[in-house]
Amino acid sequence: MEMITGFLTSPMIIELIWTVAQILAVIVPLLIAVAYLTLAERRVIGLMQLRKGPNVVGPFGLFQPFADALKLLSKETILPSGASKAVFVIAPMLTFVLSLVAWAVIPFGEGMVIADVNVGILYLFAISSLGVYGVIMAGWASNSKYPFLGAMRSAAQMISYEVSLGLVIITVIMAAGSLNLSDIVMAQKDMWFFIPLFPMFVIFFISTLAETNRAPFDLPEGESELVAGYFVEYSSMSFALFFLGEYANMILMSGMTTTLFLGGWLPPFDWPILYLIPGPIWFALKVALVLFVFLWVRATTPRYRYDQLMRLGWKIFLPFTLIFVVLTGGVLLGFGLLPQ
Amino acid sequence: MSSLVAAARSFLLLEIIKGLGLTLKYLFKPKATLNYPYEKGFISPRFRGEHALRRYPNGEERCIACKLCEAICPAQAITIESEPRPDNSRRTTRYDIDMTKCIYCGFCQEACPVDAIVEGPNFEFATETREELYYDKEKLLSNGDRWETEIARNLAADARYR
Repeated sequence: MEMITGFLTSPMIIELIWTVAQILAVIVPLLIAVAYLTLAERRVIGLMQLRKGPNVVGPFGLFQPFADALKLLSKETILPSGASKAVFVIAPMLTFVLSLVAWAVIPFGEGMVIADVNVGILYLFAISSLGVYGVIMAGWASNSKYPFLGAMRSAAQMISYEVSLGLVIITVIMAAGSLNLSDIVMAQKDMWFFIPLFPMFVIFFISTLAETNRAPFDLPEGESELVAGYFVEYSSMSFALFFLGEYANMILMSGMTTTLFLGGWLPPFDWPILYLIPGPIWFALKVALVLFVFLWVRATTPRYRYDQLMRLGWKIFLPFTLIFVVLTGGVLLGFGLLPQ
Repeated sequence: MSSLVAAARSFLLLEIIKGLGLTLKYLFKPKATLNYPYEKGFISPRFRGEHALRRYPNGEERCIACKLCEAICPAQAITIESEPRPDNSRRTTRYDIDMTKCIYCGFCQEACPVDAIVEGPNFEFATETREELYYDKEKLLSNGDRWETEIARNLAADARYR
């Protein structure tokens, strides 16, 4: 008995329990947010198309995501006979896990971050780039033509837009003078970065659309020609994992936009009364706003053609961001505004 | 110069912003959706829905077994058998409509000389089995009893045009 209590109260175990509690405190709200993002998407797009969207299951359709989840879980899991089994099974898990682990470095409030690493933004960038592996593995392991084409498109697209995404992040790093996400947020105390770096903010947002395979850049899942893209062969829970991963990625990218450009957990004005509302709520409100724009853009724009998508990425965004990196650096240096 | 303006336009995403403004306006517009089971659309008096056999106000059934509806039915969904009743009036002993064959053309009610078979305003008669859609005389008469007020009103509304 004493041994068990001794074991349970040992610093290592307490540390472990504390970490797990922190992780759950992030992941559980995140998964609920994912569930309600799907509902919000259907509602918002419905409203913009003069429809009502799902409003029958529960009050205002609030239980719709759970009904959908139950439906998905009750479906049969299909392993295509031509598929490469292990990779086929691992791919959705990888996508899902990668969309969750990135949250470790996102600060929700002052000091409210699971891992306050000094290279947080590099970690975030690395993890979001790894997402392409889930897609490629799914497309390749399915051993079928539509998933393969979808995966090829998706991979090419994600890699192209990551280049300009990286350059945009460099301008933010230059303006903030740190790779630590909490420091980047604190550097925006006087002015959120989306004001001085507005063109970068727009490019960053558009690139995140492409990075998460959202409309108007949702070619990888172009229904009309690729059926559903790289997860054609998936069903039931493995499909649900892709779905969750994709939406968690959207929330992650919105969180990244919020942290880098919209002042993270900081209230919009530096008034003491606004600090009464805790930081995580400001953070969530901003993320919700960015997500709304995601849905809004989807309801507005038609899909890009593939060559247009590549042209936009390589011929417009890349030179533009490159010039802006030089410009930002020059201005910061020339006016002595470099952060100390 | 015009190409410069065009470049500036596309760089400032003017068209996209215009489009976004439009969708935002639509977000707050009244919706076209009818909240179906709770709200229903307008139905014309001529609407051809579920069939019904009507009765006279004294309770006597209208159908005189002339079999005009059976003859005209293009889908051959109607089956009628008849023999004289004890009071020597001719009545059907069997009046079946196979609702899975029926194409809701309304010829039966047009052919009927006594307004006995009509297509009422009800369209919510979906069933879980096929057998339930093989309507017999009893079912059709009970439909007539249930929907008589609506059917009479619709016939009166449409009488001018007949």
